Amino acid sequence: MPPLARRNLFHDRIRLVVTLTGIAFSVVLMAVQWGLFEGFSSSTAGIIDHSHADLWIAAKNTTYLEQAIPFNERKYYQVLATPGVGKAIKYIVRWSDWKEPNGHTEAIAVVGCDPDAPVGGPYNLVAGDIQQLKQPNAVIIDRIYADKLGAHAIGDMVEINDYRAKVVGFTEGIRAFTTSPYVFTTFKRALDFTVIADDQTNFILVKAAPGADIKQLKAELQRRLPDNDVFTTGEFSASTRHYWMFTTGAGIAVLMAAALGLIVGIAVVAQTIYATTMDHIREYGTLKAMGAPNRYVLGIIMQQAAMAAVMGYAIGMAVSLFVVHGVSTGGANILLSWRTAIGLFFLTLAMCISAAVVSVNKILSLDPAMVFKS
Amino acid sequence: MSEAIAIRGVTKNYDEGATKTLALDGVDLTVNRGQVTLLMGPSGSGKTTLLSIMGCILRPTAGQVLLGGNDVTALREADLPAVRLRHIGFVFQGFNLFPTLTAGENVELSLGLKGLNRSAAKDEARRLLAAVGIAEKYNAYPAEISGGQKQRVAIARAVAGSPEVILADEPTAALDSQTGKTIVEMMAKLAHDENRAVVIVTHDNRLVEYADRIVRLEDGRIARAA
Repeated sequence: MPPLARRNLFHDRIRLVVTLTGIAFSVVLMAVQWGLFEGFSSSTAGIIDHSHADLWIAAKNTTYLEQAIPFNERKYYQVLATPGVGKAIKYIVRWSDWKEPNGHTEAIAVVGCDPDAPVGGPYNLVAGDIQQLKQPNAVIIDRIYADKLGAHAIGDMVEINDYRAKVVGFTEGIRAFTTSPYVFTTFKRALDFTVIADDQTNFILVKAAPGADIKQLKAELQRRLPDNDVFTTGEFSASTRHYWMFTTGAGIAVLMAAALGLIVGIAVVAQTIYATTMDHIREYGTLKAMGAPNRYVLGIIMQQAAMAAVMGYAIGMAVSLFVVHGVSTGGANILLSWRTAIGLFFLTLAMCISAAVVSVNKILSLDPAMVFKS
Repeated sequence: MSEAIAIRGVTKNYDEGATKTLALDGVDLTVNRGQVTLLMGPSGSGKTTLLSIMGCILRPTAGQVLLGGNDVTALREADLPAVRLRHIGFVFQGFNLFPTLTAGENVELSLGLKGLNRSAAKDEARRLLAAVGIAEKYNAYPAEISGGQKQRVAIARAVAGSPEVILADEPTAALDSQTGKTIVEMMAKLAHDENRAVVIVTHDNRLVEYADRIVRLEDGRIARAA
């Protein structure tokens, strides 16, 4: 049959542009806001997700990464003595102060790790080497925060908690959700930078021995360390993300904006599809008078909605990718994954189809006898 | 001459809030194949209501409508579109063509609804447009052709799929007299040469000469049938 839906949609170019602009705007709003949510969420737990550890041991009732309070390092030896533990390291993540030579100070989160261990170190290194952390006073920071921390080159000297520190490397893309950038150093140096007693640690990171059952190992460690919490990496990541995104309300705000995008999209598309339907109402009446079943006429409305959705989505995603690329070098972290893109496609389709429901009601109640009214 | 439509004691009331309007009051009428029947009468006499009931678009409040001997008033509302599609072709005063489709596609659409595939519908649409004398306008959009040509397309669309009944509502009202005459001649041929029942609602007395039968309605009743 002739492509009536497509012809009707393209017939009024101005209306089509308005429709597609509305859908694209909605897609951009949803993509960017959801991308921000994913980006924020990812940055809250990036250190955990990239740790390569199987288990995290923290003080009792720890719910997020930066909250952990120090506990005695004797636990570390208990962990090492537990069957199934392949490797364990003491680990610190704790707030401190960064002071530039000009006196400017910034709050930072010091990450104390073991440069020789396969877990917990800095990742995405673009300058320097993790082994250089063994140099006196060495730290590694992320390029994104070079301006903020006033350290642009390897060899730049600063002070952390009144101790000298020297930049020996740069990572790229290790963002902090808070305003305090992560600064990597050795565990021992982190004790000084963060004022933790020499016999204490913030975390113990565990890499299970080959073949060990993580679930069983976690249960055994929890049994041996009743005063601590033992998390799998996934559990600790989820708990940290949940704290920052929902307990603080930051995630809710971003999600609300994404929902707003959806509502705006539905409103715009509903209005334009309804207006298009009303423009062609006499034709739909004629179709019904000729004997076209309701499903055929509704099919035309739905096809128009679906075509508008696909085109609006394509434009919206193109703009979103442009925005994401544009801000990737700035402070904002927008993650637009394939999963999000596919999910958004179906959401856009659902949005446009549901927006057509108002028009569907109009068609269902349309009296074909209207064709005889001049 | 066989009976195409039989109207038996048809009454139609319109309820508009507290007001009830009696549009048709016990109408009996038989429309035969091979004839042009004119429905005439003043505005508000019930012509269009009667045409809508004949066309299974409106259901009567009381009475029976027999189409080819079958009682369509007994059918469910959902079954009526299929009856219209199979047995009835419509020609409207304002042509009611789809402006975003070409003349050929307007006819194809009707054929497609009747189950023809795209290629068969294309061939048949070409044949039908040739039959109404505008084969060369196959790819023209309604906005690009004259009123008379639009009505020819509408006639081609109405006869697509060979329905036995053609119902026309003021088909010449939007046309000049010469074009109107051509259109009615064409419709008369559909009745006489192709043995269809053609019913035309009109105010135009010039069409009388083409009618085999004239039915005058007044206040929802048949005042005179000749």
